[in-house]
Amino acid sequence: MTTLTIPDGMPQYSEEPRLDVARIRQDFPILSREVNGHPLVYLDSANTSQKPQSVIDAISEHYAMHNANVARSVHTLGTESTEAYEGARATVARFINAPRPEEVVFTKNATEAINLVAHSLASRLGPGDEIVISEMEHHSNIVPWQLLCERTGATLRWFGLTESGRLDESNVEELINERTKLVSIVHTSNVLGTINATARITERVREVGALLMLDCSQTVPHRGFDVVDYDVDFIAFTGHKMLGPTGIGVLWGRYELLADMPPFQGGGSMIETVRMTGTTYAAPPARFEAGTPPIAQAVGLGAAVDYLEAIGMDAIAWHEKELTAYALDALDTVKGLRIAGPKVPVGRGATISFSLDGIHPHDVGQVLDSLGVQVRVGHHCAKPVCERYGVPALTRASFYLYTTTEEVDALVRGLEQVKRMFG
Amino acid sequence: MQIDQLYQEIILDHYKHPHGRGLREPYSAEVHHVNPTCGDEITLRVAVDGEKVTDISFAGQGCSISQASASVLHELLTGRTVGDALAAHASFTELMQGKGQIEPDEEILGDGIAFAGVAKYPARVKCALLAWMALKDALVRSVEVSDGNKG
Repeated sequence: MTTLTIPDGMPQYSEEPRLDVARIRQDFPILSREVNGHPLVYLDSANTSQKPQSVIDAISEHYAMHNANVARSVHTLGTESTEAYEGARATVARFINAPRPEEVVFTKNATEAINLVAHSLASRLGPGDEIVISEMEHHSNIVPWQLLCERTGATLRWFGLTESGRLDESNVEELINERTKLVSIVHTSNVLGTINATARITERVREVGALLMLDCSQTVPHRGFDVVDYDVDFIAFTGHKMLGPTGIGVLWGRYELLADMPPFQGGGSMIETVRMTGTTYAAPPARFEAGTPPIAQAVGLGAAVDYLEAIGMDAIAWHEKELTAYALDALDTVKGLRIAGPKVPVGRGATISFSLDGIHPHDVGQVLDSLGVQVRVGHHCAKPVCERYGVPALTRASFYLYTTTEEVDALVRGLEQVKRMFG
Repeated sequence: MQIDQLYQEIILDHYKHPHGRGLREPYSAEVHHVNPTCGDEITLRVAVDGEKVTDISFAGQGCSISQASASVLHELLTGRTVGDALAAHASFTELMQGKGQIEPDEEILGDGIAFAGVAKYPARVKCALLAWMALKDALVRSVEVSDGNKG
């Protein structure tokens, strides 16, 4: 396993926290398997991350030893299960520096978290009101707002993008105005890798008295995110992209906002009292968690956060930054390859999408797979981004704490093979 | 699984040098089909004269499998009867859904037999089928149009 070395005479960044990628890889059983006769090169972590043994064990141990439903039983197992579930909530709250654990609502995924906010805000919206998103959004941060606007008569508006793959904030003053009720923007783009600077948007949102939501699905797994520091009202993210299991996502919202919102779905666990003539609702977060929640998944997510914290989010962010710098240089050597998104490792995450002259991403992905290299191809659930840059589809390589420079090399070798085949 | 089982020489040939590409007049019906999971699309026209398919023309964007498939279909079925085209459609669909267990019939499918390997890649079956589904749709519509004219 080689490590990156910075040439003598250059800044050595010795004060930056580091991680031992070889040791980390040993914690992920799947990384030692082969695919199509080659060592697995997993470059699809923006799609879903792999899971360390500690997360797999936590879920298994929960089912083996503590399984019971939560928040309704007086028996011992029910108490253990409830403590584990609420413990995971507290862990997640601490991880994003939420002032109160009750501000963390467990959902099915980030998509459901966004839909929850869109649904619960409906009663406050009408014709003349505006919602602002951007052209950079995942479909999950477009469609719920389109549906909301159809239901309420509100208008959907959006930030455009610059040629270099960043939010075009030149019209922020006009776009966010006194008619704006909510701005919902992706924090780190799942296609371009761009990390959006939010300061100007936040300032304008506060000026006009709107609400700010950030889709942090591609941020929270990769770098420390502090909801107080960012001065946001809601964030959404998902467990399976941050070493946790599928089936659990998170909505974080300011408590006073959540407390003022009507329920999303009705059912068990979300009520205060139910009579045939009417129902009153529980306080947040229970109000938004109708039915039996994803209990084992919450336990798994808690274990994932523990794992990330033990490695250190600053070390993970630095590792990914170095890797991204390496990959941007390496991909630059492939003739005919065009990167969509920032071409410098500044203000961007470790997700790199590109097109290869005249070769469809499906074919790129298929040949790479035959070499064990797993990348995502297609429109990445963000068709407007592809349209903006004039491509029907893209190939995307995305990295995480367990990704190595050798894997980047394998990608580049694979791309040369693709070109030999289709060129 | 060897990658060249999927990317047979015939497929790569049709992809690099497609036959019948470009939309042409006259035509009896035009359809537009999209593969929503990957964004591949095709616009396909058929010209039908009585029982005879006199032209199949198409335009679109997509991977080698989807584009080669349209080229093969043009070459195989232009000048044949509507019945032949529907029979080839049924045979090709069966081949694609056969998980690699079906022996293709060259008499019916011509160069289409090169797609036998695609059936072993479930994620790519829909790419191969895109043009064929569009063809069936277009044929059905052209028959409706001509029935409507008679009525």
